[in-house]
Amino acid sequence: MSLVSEGADFRGPLGPAAALSRGGAAEPSLASAGDYFRLLKPRVMSLVVLTAFTGLAVAPGGIHPVMAFTALLCIAVGAGAAGALNMWYDADIDAQMTRTRTRPVPAGRVQPGEALAFGLTLAGFSVVTLGLMVNLLSAGLLAFTIFFYAVIYTAWLKRSTPQNIVIGGAAGAFPPMIGWAAVTGSLALEPLILFLIIFFWTPPHFWALAICKKDDYARAGVPMLPVVAGDAATRLQILIYTIVLVPFGVAPWALGFAGVVYGATAVVTGAVMLALAIQVYREPPQQQRACRNLFAFSILYLFLLFAVLLVEQGWGGALLRFAA
Amino acid sequence: MNQRDDEGIVLTEAQRKARRSRSIAIALALGALVILFYIITLVKGPGVLVRPL
Repeated sequence: MSLVSEGADFRGPLGPAAALSRGGAAEPSLASAGDYFRLLKPRVMSLVVLTAFTGLAVAPGGIHPVMAFTALLCIAVGAGAAGALNMWYDADIDAQMTRTRTRPVPAGRVQPGEALAFGLTLAGFSVVTLGLMVNLLSAGLLAFTIFFYAVIYTAWLKRSTPQNIVIGGAAGAFPPMIGWAAVTGSLALEPLILFLIIFFWTPPHFWALAICKKDDYARAGVPMLPVVAGDAATRLQILIYTIVLVPFGVAPWALGFAGVVYGATAVVTGAVMLALAIQVYREPPQQQRACRNLFAFSILYLFLLFAVLLVEQGWGGALLRFAA
Repeated sequence: MNQRDDEGIVLTEAQRKARRSRSIAIALALGALVILFYIITLVKGPGVLVRPL
């Protein structure tokens, strides 16, 4: 399959700015609707929707289902817009990594300028719609999230520090707060706990992947922790962040805004996360099996925590109220 | 490949197919938004743009 060799002369030392100015506007686009959909990073978007929905569901008070749907739609589209802006800016990096080089921009199916315009349009539309239809706080948080991911993380941190995904992980942690704000128009301890769960989950998740893709990141010049600090230091950091993460995972139950089912789920899955992180720490540097296991399970871990909380406190509660 | 002449750019079959795919997606998105905004107006009533902080 052709990757960057065809129609991908936008890459160069000047990066996306040069790409935009040289974007092949004279050539009619070959981008399909599916290519634009892939710019939204649909798998990331699905996790954003789940966590935002959980924040919305555990919030006190009620929200009309149509407004809840509108809020989730705006959050999903806003997250997708941030993904499109990320793919626009990172096209040069994506083209050099096996995991990302078939993305629409490095593959030449979507021109950089098209991706930029698409991302900016969706970002503006999602924020304005959320502000007009739901409330200003949630819209402000969504705008900040998009800015944080596209500018702070993508354009600044990712290429400049091995702590990129630690700080940048905040962008992925905001959706539950936005969901909560959409219902209450304010913030509280509960959405902050949900924020912290995702925040501390992000480093072990991404560093486990980064160890496996270390050569890719090194070739692309991205200063991920395994590239800069080495394998052993990264494995230690994974273990430390997991030790911090697990108590935060249990916190919703300990603080009383989640029930026993959630508590049991958080304890059991947290123990598995910890066991896998210990395996990663003990694994010889040349091996990656434990890292792959941790990466795969971390996705299930986050999904289970938020899905159980959603059903137990949100959907479950709503169904019980309806039955009563 | 494209043929450029006095009549402008002639799209290839692949380009035509891609454009049709994009046009359908835009039409569906706009239609969905019209329906969504209509329903929101019904739900929120006359104060559709009156919102809390």
